[in-house]
Order: sequence, then C-alpha cells, then structure tokens
Amino acid sequence: MNATTTVAEPLLDVRGLTVGFPTRSGLLLAAHDVSFSIRTGRTLGLVGESGCGKSVTLRALLGLVPYPGAILSGAVGWLGRDLRTASEKELRDVRGAEISMVFQDPSSSLNPVFSIGDQLGETLRVRLGMRRREARARAVELLERVGIPSARRRLASYPHQLSGGMRQRVMIALAIASRPKLLLADEPTTALDVTIQEQILVLLRDVQAETGMAIVLVSHDLGVIAEACDEVSVMYAGRLLEQGPAGAVLRWAMHPYTRGLVAAVPPLHPAGANGAVPIAGQPPNLLELPPGCPFAPRCPYATEACAAVPMTLEGPTPHHRSACPFVGQEAR
Amino acid sequence: MNLNGAPLLEVEGLSKHFEDRRVAADRLRGRRAARLTALDGVSLTVRRNETVGIVGESGSGKTTLARCIVRLVEADGGSVAFDGADVLAADARELRRIRREVQLIYQDPYSSLNPRMSVGRAISEPALVHRLIEPDAAERHRAELLERVGLPSSAAALRPHELSGGQRQRVAIARSLALNPRMLVADEAVSALDVSIQAQILALLERLTRELGLAMIFISHQLSVIARLSQRVAIMYLGRIVEIGPTAEVFSNPRHPYTAALLRAHPTLELDKPRAPALAGEIPSPYHMPEGCRFHPRCPLVEERCRTVDPPPVDLGGGRRSWCHVLPYRSDQPP
Repeated sequence: MNATTTVAEPLLDVRGLTVGFPTRSGLLLAAHDVSFSIRTGRTLGLVGESGCGKSVTLRALLGLVPYPGAILSGAVGWLGRDLRTASEKELRDVRGAEISMVFQDPSSSLNPVFSIGDQLGETLRVRLGMRRREARARAVELLERVGIPSARRRLASYPHQLSGGMRQRVMIALAIASRPKLLLADEPTTALDVTIQEQILVLLRDVQAETGMAIVLVSHDLGVIAEACDEVSVMYAGRLLEQGPAGAVLRWAMHPYTRGLVAAVPPLHPAGANGAVPIAGQPPNLLELPPGCPFAPRCPYATEACAAVPMTLEGPTPHHRSACPFVGQEAR
Repeated sequence: MNLNGAPLLEVEGLSKHFEDRRVAADRLRGRRAARLTALDGVSLTVRRNETVGIVGESGSGKTTLARCIVRLVEADGGSVAFDGADVLAADARELRRIRREVQLIYQDPYSSLNPRMSVGRAISEPALVHRLIEPDAAERHRAELLERVGLPSSAAALRPHELSGGQRQRVAIARSLALNPRMLVADEAVSALDVSIQAQILALLERLTRELGLAMIFISHQLSVIARLSQRVAIMYLGRIVEIGPTAEVFSNPRHPYTAALLRAHPTLELDKPRAPALAGEIPSPYHMPEGCRFHPRCPLVEERCRTVDPPPVDLGGGRRSWCHVLPYRSDQPP
C-alpha cells in the first residue's frame, strides 16, 4: 500500500455515501449521497440539527453503522484505498490507529472500573507495542499535553473522580495516543460548560498544529463550527445542502436552510436587529420525505419546482456550493 | 394603580447546603459529613411583567435557586416573598396556592410529561385537580391552551412520544399556563432543542409573557438565549450572584471578570476569534469553597486582597451591582 499523500490529494475522500436502516415502515436513508473530502491539517465541520445524519455519517467512515443499518452505496477513500471494501481486520487496524474518535459523552466511553492510567497504558501497549514502563511515561506525557494538572497522580484516578472537562481531556489523550492522521470528533464539547468548551476547542487546534492531523468535527452548534472549522458541510434530513469554507458558508450562506440556521442563532448583543429568527415547521420525518428538496416544506422560497430538484451541489465557485438551484446561486 | 414596577418575587439572602450521608464508619471516627454549598446568600427581585435571566455554569446553583423558590428544596436560610406572602413559612394550603401561581418549566419535557397520558389530559389535569374548570369545560380549555402555544387542537389526542422535542416543550408550556400562573420559572427550557426550534420556543415564551403579563425567571447556561429574552440578568458563580443588572448593559460592558470571560468564551458566528481560552482552570469544588473571592483562583485580574477578603457588592447605578474588588473601579475592558 502506498501511504504517501501529497498536499493536493485529500486524506479522506468520501463519495456518494448512503447509509440505510430498514424499518417496519420502509427503508430509512440516514445519509443520502454524502460526499466530502478533507486534507491533512484541516478541520471539516459537519453541521446540522438532531437526526440530520451527521453522526451516522461519521460512524459509517469507520464501518461502525449500528445494526441493522448498513452502507448501501458510495466509497470511503482513505489514503488511496476504499475502507468500505476493507476487511474487518483491516478496519480494526485503521480504527484507533490511523483514525480515532472522540464522542460527546466521555463518561460512557471510558471504562468506569479501570483507572485512567490503566486505560491509557493499555492503548499504548496494544496499539504501539510499548512496554509497561515506557507506556506509563508516555501516558503522563499525554495527560500533560492535554492540560491535566498533576498528571502523574491522575493516572491512579478513576473516570468518576474527574470532572466532565477533565474526562474529555482524557478521551482526547486516548485518541491522540497513536498519533492518528484523522480525528473524528462527534459533538466533543456539547456536554461541557462554555469556558471548558473553549478550552477543549483550543486544545484540539493546538494538537492539530503540532501533529498535522485532520479533524472531522460534528456539531449542531454553528458557534463551535465558526470557532473550530476551516470547511463546513451542512446536512439536513440525510442530505448535504451546502458545502464550503467556514467563513463563506457562515457569512454568505447560499442555501435557504443554512441562511435560516444562521438567522436562528440568537446574537449575544441584540443591538437593534431582531435575532433568533425561528425556522417555521418541524424537523422532517425521514420516512416521509417529499420528492426533491427535503427542506421545501419549511422553506420560505419553496415553489413547485422544488419537488424536482436534483440535490446536487452547484455554485458560482467550485469551493462553495449549494443544493438549491434557485436561491443564493448568484455570484457575489 | 399601576403595579407593573412593583416586585412580585423577593428573594433575600437565600442559602442552601447539602450534606453528604455519613456511613457508620465515618460516624465512629467522628468524621463530619462533607458539606456542599449550593446557594450562599442569594438575593434577587423579580418585578411583574419582567423576565430575569440567570446564567451560570454547571454547579453554580441556578437550579437549586429555582427549586428553593417553590420549595421543591427547602432552603437553610434567607427569605422568599411572593406577592408579599412568605413562601418559606407558608403552610401546605398556602404553598399549594403559591405553586399554582409560580409554574416551573424544565429542560426535558420528555421526562416531565407522563408518557401514558394524552397531551390533552396532561394539559387539563392540573386545572381539574385545582378545580379551576368543570370537567365538561375541559375540552374547550385545552383547545384554548393548545392554540395559545401554537399547536393544533388535534394534538390533544397524541401522546408525548408522537411529538417532536419542540412540540413537547410547547405542551409543557401549555400545561404550565393551565393554572393561570403569574410567574414562570424556566430551567434550561430550550437547552435540549435544536437552534431552529429553540428560536420558535423563545419567540413563544416572549409572546406569552408579554400577552399574559407574566413575570419569568429564565435560567440558562447560554448567554445568547438570555440576551434574547430577559430584561435583567444575574450571573451566578459557585452559589452566589457575582453581577446583576440590565441585560444589554451587563453584556456590552461587563463589570465582573467572570461575566467578561463567559461572554468571551461564548461561541459566536464571528470568525477569527482570539485563540487563547478566556478562562483557565475549572469551577472549584463546591465542597471546598475558595477563601476570599470565590472566583479568584481563575481570575485574570486577581489581586492580593481577592485571596482573603470576600468582595462586597459595588453599586454601579441603574440597578447594576458587581461583587468584585477590581473591575468596577476600572473603566477599561477586562483582558
């Protein structure tokens, strides 16, 4: 296998990923024809509201779609090969080594009956073949790296003895232990207080600057996306609606849904402008989606033509594209 | 007589400690129970027609404050007066009346609504129990309430699991309105909702409090949500209010370093924000309160006296107060 990548070549290249769950009422497409790519040292944000398919997409990259769901079509390009066709053994070698994950709730991903030192040590011994003493020293280094005070003493602590922020730091230490090329982070700061959330986002950025790892960050919070991401993909009802550089997407949103999402965020300083404009209607039922654009029932610009929208991303530039052919396509 | 400016709720010096249970071995060793300070001398006034926001991180005591006000948790000290009535001394009957007038709305309507009860029954039951309406008027009553919160009357036949999160929160709000309350206490009422739905519920709460002339205490860890809804805001840290005042002024010119840090740490759509975190460290354990100013271990402006002397409130005029030794006396923005 040729593992070298040039700067221009994406590290991860997802094409037409479709993930389905069979239900009694028919096939539910949690992710539908999702494509994105990410290069070394960059952060891609997957943003959307509950049930839009962002977490499922993230899990599908590592072949972790929960049963009875399955990837129905598409390709997960990773360093020149397709992870979708990789064997379970090959996937195991990729998971946690080349690609690792951080989840929203660290207390459910840390084992409550083993100390922090045990869990970090095991990862280092199994993944990197370190000896006990070496692993211990490296574990202390890692805990110090993620900003845990008195790291040596903390090795003996159990997860319940740490605060939520500290547990998330331990999770990040575990995730970066094997120096992964890509970190998948699923709402890593959602359960944390704002001051701690900011600390964790800064930590991720710093680690990224040192190691050059790429990050895919899933979040429902546009503020977090603005703070942490270089590029953004906006998802709704399993579909990608807009994709582009974070600054462009947040400042000059093309798709009516993205525009609605941005307008719905309450501003900190309500100076004159009437912030927090709601998007009318309810989130969609994935089993009863309309033909064409899934956002049409809630869209203020919707016309009959929306039922025939092909849902391909187009735009005035190849970098910033939207699935809506009617609104926002005029060149800036 | 215009009562709009008169205080409806007056909380004075409210305190609450929780003691850990001691096991037998602790007793034999004469070990004292660990004591957690949840609220330490909190004073707050809410006027009629006014929404007061309460912001703070986890463990700051905001939920305990809400629960002490309606005595779901008994306070250790201080006083609560609702429309002149002493809440903490109220007997069972008086308390029932007060609880009818002060309604709580919680974060997760899924756990506060009975999953087996239809929406319609959930909404009209409180009014039936309190005999505010006759059974034959229940249907009209619930249709009115559903309409008020923007749900179709057909929703009455549904059960909570058939609704989305936003619709469930609308039902919880309808239920809280069923007893014609004079005040709502919303504890993280929009925190579990997606941003597009959150904006719907914020608009609904704003309209309802205005139309019905309700007072509201709106508790949230999200500053932007507070900015949208409340005229005044109290910032809480480790069981105390550290700054209070009109929301627009507090947010545009914070006079407590903790408020300033919260505002800076709050994720906004602004790009290219400064890279260093606004605040280092974590909130200290409420079992071991820091000496002096509680914020001093994390404070960027800390001075010697902050470590030993608890700061008294500094009156900044216009209803603004800050409990800080340093920032109220400076005119610049904190770091």
